[in-house]
Amino acid sequence: MFDSLSTRLQGVFDRLGSRGRLTEDNIQEALREVRVALLEADVNFKVVRGFIDRVKDRAVGQDVLRSLTPAQQVVKVVHAELIELLGGSGHRLAAAPHPPTVVMLIGLQGSGKTTSAAKLARWFARQGQHPILAAADVYRPAAIEQLRTLGKQVDVPVVGDASQRPVDICRQAREEAAARGLTPLILDTAGRLHIDEAMLDELRAIRAEVKPHHVLLVVDAMTGQDAVTVAEKFNAAVGIDAIVLTKMDGDARGGAALSVRQVTGRPIAFVGVGEKTDALEPFHPERVASRILGMGDVLSLVEKAQATVDQKQAEEMVRKLREDSFTLEDFRQQLRQVQQMGPLDQILGMLPFGNKLKPGMGDLDAEQSDLGRFDAIISSMTPQERNHPEVVNGSRRQRIARGSGTTVQDVNRLLKQYAQLRRMMKQLKGMEGRLPRLKLPGFPNLRG
Amino acid sequence: MKFLASFGERLRSGLSRSREFLATELASVLVPDRPIDDALYAELEDLLVAADLGAAVAADFVNRAREEVMFGTVTRADQLRPLFRRFLTEYLTPAAQSLELVHRPTVILMLGVNGSGKTTTSAKIAAAFKAEGRTVLLAAADTFRAAAIEQLETWGRRIDVEVIRQAAGSDPAAVVFDALKAALARAVDVLIIDTAGRLHTKTNLMTELAKLKRVIERQLPGAPHESLIVLDAPTGQNGFAQALQFHEAVGLTGVVLTKLDGTAKGGIVLRIVRELKLPIKAIGVGERVDDLQPFEPERFVDALVPRA
Repeated sequence: MFDSLSTRLQGVFDRLGSRGRLTEDNIQEALREVRVALLEADVNFKVVRGFIDRVKDRAVGQDVLRSLTPAQQVVKVVHAELIELLGGSGHRLAAAPHPPTVVMLIGLQGSGKTTSAAKLARWFARQGQHPILAAADVYRPAAIEQLRTLGKQVDVPVVGDASQRPVDICRQAREEAAARGLTPLILDTAGRLHIDEAMLDELRAIRAEVKPHHVLLVVDAMTGQDAVTVAEKFNAAVGIDAIVLTKMDGDARGGAALSVRQVTGRPIAFVGVGEKTDALEPFHPERVASRILGMGDVLSLVEKAQATVDQKQAEEMVRKLREDSFTLEDFRQQLRQVQQMGPLDQILGMLPFGNKLKPGMGDLDAEQSDLGRFDAIISSMTPQERNHPEVVNGSRRQRIARGSGTTVQDVNRLLKQYAQLRRMMKQLKGMEGRLPRLKLPGFPNLRG
Repeated sequence: MKFLASFGERLRSGLSRSREFLATELASVLVPDRPIDDALYAELEDLLVAADLGAAVAADFVNRAREEVMFGTVTRADQLRPLFRRFLTEYLTPAAQSLELVHRPTVILMLGVNGSGKTTTSAKIAAAFKAEGRTVLLAAADTFRAAAIEQLETWGRRIDVEVIRQAAGSDPAAVVFDALKAALARAVDVLIIDTAGRLHTKTNLMTELAKLKRVIERQLPGAPHESLIVLDAPTGQNGFAQALQFHEAVGLTGVVLTKLDGTAKGGIVLRIVRELKLPIKAIGVGERVDDLQPFEPERFVDALVPRA
């Protein structure tokens, strides 16, 4: 859909050929590409304007012109500047000295307040706290039922009734939380337009009555230029302390994050990355910066790999590879680890240019089902066949295919991929002396 | 939807809030005696981007402006305003279409990402047709989101339209199957199917939609007659990716643009109209059930770029 900034800049600098000398004009051209990239990522145009000026100062000071890879150099400067603007990582919602700590969620309709409320409750519960939810959206049909259902899912009590006034719901919730020793109290308010004065009054009334310690503005990552107006108005009318960025599991670049951060000066505390209640992550500015620039999210991938790959198993795997005793059983374990990391399209999306690599959704799905199929095939083999794949002849292949509900072609494909992997590892072994230490996430380095 | 004409008043009040949007900025850029130079083009381009039109559309217009200036048809900066209005109107005029009930039952499939306003819009469309004297049925095919079924049922009670439903978590295809059976048996005029919100990047969920469509087609050849993507006005450039993916998955027949009563103008629809050739079949301008309007290009352009 979009070219990444590095590809675009590469084009700009390539056009200069080998003349070597870059001028002020060339830098201007490069910055224009930066500008378009940010605008396409939905960063507000006013924010972009100021940003470009800062990058220009910084880039010029850094001898971009003389660097061997000017495109990369500019991207690096832009990236660093973005991270700085997005603010420090992992803003924590500090506990109040006198519990309950009150967290209030506000935002436009459909931005994801109710879902985020439940996710936050689960997040706090996981940290050993005992949260309570208050459903104060009495306007949207079934909003309270929604929070009650979600509350049940995450095993957190929900208070609130459609017949009450929102201010009363919140006040009573606070009293109840204090009486039952529950904290934090999370208030889910009604979605409203930032220009709806009556509704803003209600938010102010709740704020005055319940005195929340943290007011969180919930912002949809797909929001465009208007994010600035929304954030400004909510901040002026109610006051916000931090931001929750939702729906980051799609392919939105999330430039709204930068806009909102810039106009409010408030940090982004959490990011919503899915519909399930566990899909909430602390905010990492470097990741969102990479994403805005289309650089992929290598860090998230590394983390995912580290979370799923067992270090000991990995070391064992490398030893086996080196000793050439890597069996189909080991191969299966590897496949399972890949599967545990999540759907392939998500993993690809985290890689730089990964979205371009996506060969079309159909193909990826085929890959994904291959993983499952291969697992089944190996399960249908005898221990001897798993440890000595060379014994698998024609009639064994037919038996295995029947046993695993696959075809002989599938079995052949598996064996071929397995053979390829072994061959590759042999070659790698041959090069070991010349290779620099390879550091792969979760894998001990190959030279050992 | 001729019935909507009478609601013009509300549209005006809904849109009037956003009137001031580009007005002051444009006026300060397009000063009559200001020289038309690169600085002016750059500022103009920024303004267009600020309306979520996207960098490509903005650059297109600026190129067109440069041409006109070169040919001498535009000589003063303030002449760029009518030029821009014409540019927008050219794209949007063919895109203005209404929801017509040609078939019986007409099956309308409501699609979109989470939180765009599908359920509310489903109810609004149902209410509009009911007010026209048509018989309407709603289908709660969002069986995934917590309390989505209850939300549609509450609307159903308010507007007195029956909602076909099953238990939460059941197969949406089964709900759709039941709903079509009911629609055919009772010979209703319209069946509106509210589906679960889904991000356009979730392959499995998009495949589920294709299946829903097949279930409908099998029971009633030629249906669904309308597959509408519900897009909210604050959506930025990602809106195009949404429309594209939904279009590829099920073949859209149009767009409903919601939440136009805020400060966002929904500029992204221009790119959708331009590149996907999709019509805009209605707009939402408020939370009330009668806050649904036909799309009128002229008013839309007025809201984006006031006459002066």
